[in-house]
Amino acid sequence: MKVTIVGVGQTPFNRNCGVSIRELCFEAFKDALEDLNLTPKEIDASIICSAPEYDRQRSPAGLIAEYLGLNPQPTFLAESICSSSSTGVKVAYSFIKSGLHDIVAVIGFQKMSEISSAEVQERMGRGADIQWESPFGPMMPAGYAMCARAHMQKYGTTEEQLAKVKVKSGKYSLLNPKAMYRRAVTLEECLKARVIASPLKMFDCCANADGASCMILASEEKARKITDTPVSVVGIGAASDTQSTTGRANLTGLNCAIEAGKQAYKMAHITPKDVDVAEVHDCFSIAEIMAYENLGFCKPGKGGKLIEESQTYIGGRIPVNIDGGLLSKGHPIGATGGSQIRTIVLQLQGRAGKTQVDGAEVGLVHNIGGVGLYGNVTILKR
Amino acid sequence: MSFSKFGKIGYVSETKVADFVKHLEKGKIMATRCRKCGQLYFPPRADCPNDLSTDMTWEELSGRCRLLTYTTAHFAPTGFQKDLPYTLALARCEEGVNVYARLNKDINKNETRIGVDLKLTSLRLPDGRITYEFKKA
Ligand SMILES: [Zn+2]
Repeated sequence: MKVTIVGVGQTPFNRNCGVSIRELCFEAFKDALEDLNLTPKEIDASIICSAPEYDRQRSPAGLIAEYLGLNPQPTFLAESICSSSSTGVKVAYSFIKSGLHDIVAVIGFQKMSEISSAEVQERMGRGADIQWESPFGPMMPAGYAMCARAHMQKYGTTEEQLAKVKVKSGKYSLLNPKAMYRRAVTLEECLKARVIASPLKMFDCCANADGASCMILASEEKARKITDTPVSVVGIGAASDTQSTTGRANLTGLNCAIEAGKQAYKMAHITPKDVDVAEVHDCFSIAEIMAYENLGFCKPGKGGKLIEESQTYIGGRIPVNIDGGLLSKGHPIGATGGSQIRTIVLQLQGRAGKTQVDGAEVGLVHNIGGVGLYGNVTILKR
Repeated sequence: MSFSKFGKIGYVSETKVADFVKHLEKGKIMATRCRKCGQLYFPPRADCPNDLSTDMTWEELSGRCRLLTYTTAHFAPTGFQKDLPYTLALARCEEGVNVYARLNKDINKNETRIGVDLKLTSLRLPDGRITYEFKKA
């Protein structure tokens, strides 16, 4: 029995959404249910995905389920920071595969503007090992910057190659009405931007955002009554790495992504060459380059060359993040994975508009929590 | 003794390895070694996941290490802003364990490169708190 995604939805991602978290989730939920022959009452369970340290509401799953009309069905929160909604999909898949539930809604959200930026900064610092690393003052960009520095040293990757990831992102952001930053940027702009954590500069880093995403998963049998264009979930991989920097065996790639990718390819019975379009977790430019390598789109160390040769643009060997990626869309932590999956589902349904990859049949989503802490890879098929 | 004196800002006050701070006050940077399997741990651990043993012994690190990677931060979490910019670094000790700490500001930019030798030492902060940092070898 196949597990499918029948509907996907997303709010625009932006800086100050101006609505409450329940309303934000409702918008994504409504967007996902559009054109489906499905009512909230027919949904058997909901999984709400967010990083709760950024929420004012305690235990937000209850509130969201109530507002979406999903009581008395079971609901709970799934968390793996930035990859929370991919984790939600993994759990929904298991529910359906086991026969426990037939139709499951996965709703991811984050309203980063709900708390002050000082509060956000305080929480960012505690994302590291609070006993041994947070006392030195690290934050997310510093973690990826250390990977970038090591990657440049080992493979000769350049700041220009990093910047080219953002140049691609900017180009495609113009075609995504839901992206926070819809602006093309030049290589010069990227290279001249202020340093955040060397060698990463402003345009190498994504920005926090408000937003929500929603995916409706259903068994193959139920899917037939809900939509004509279900997309099958054919591969799921998930892995973890140490929270501490000191524990990492790999400084030039994310082992959790390599492992999750292997699992997903094996389950889907495909190889990296079979992927027609991919969404990778480009929270930082270096993260996209490492993703190319960790997912096998190129050999280790050749990621910089792959973007330099424009192989990850539409028409290249493997189009990646052609919705603008996190670098342009913005990063509403709990909603991000759902937004990536939405992009791939639309591609496989042939509904991607100006960014449609001709004949896309197999798509891949790479969604990472923390600095390579939680790795999630999902493979979808038309 | 409590662990809460450790670091510029401490987030953990109670731990089985709080004696680390006592040693640090004397200028010694200590790792732990599992008596059962022989594994050396830094940061020190009280519990060994290899064999679930809690029979650990303290062992001083020589402080000789080599830079693995680094970044100079221009933005900081709340409470660290006044120190900016500062360089966070990861180094490999000759004993085979990794250490995460800041680079002393005396090391200039040209001298900061992956592979360079460093010396890990204890550092008393102006407010009486204690930590460790990397210095020139
Ligand atoms: Zn042991």
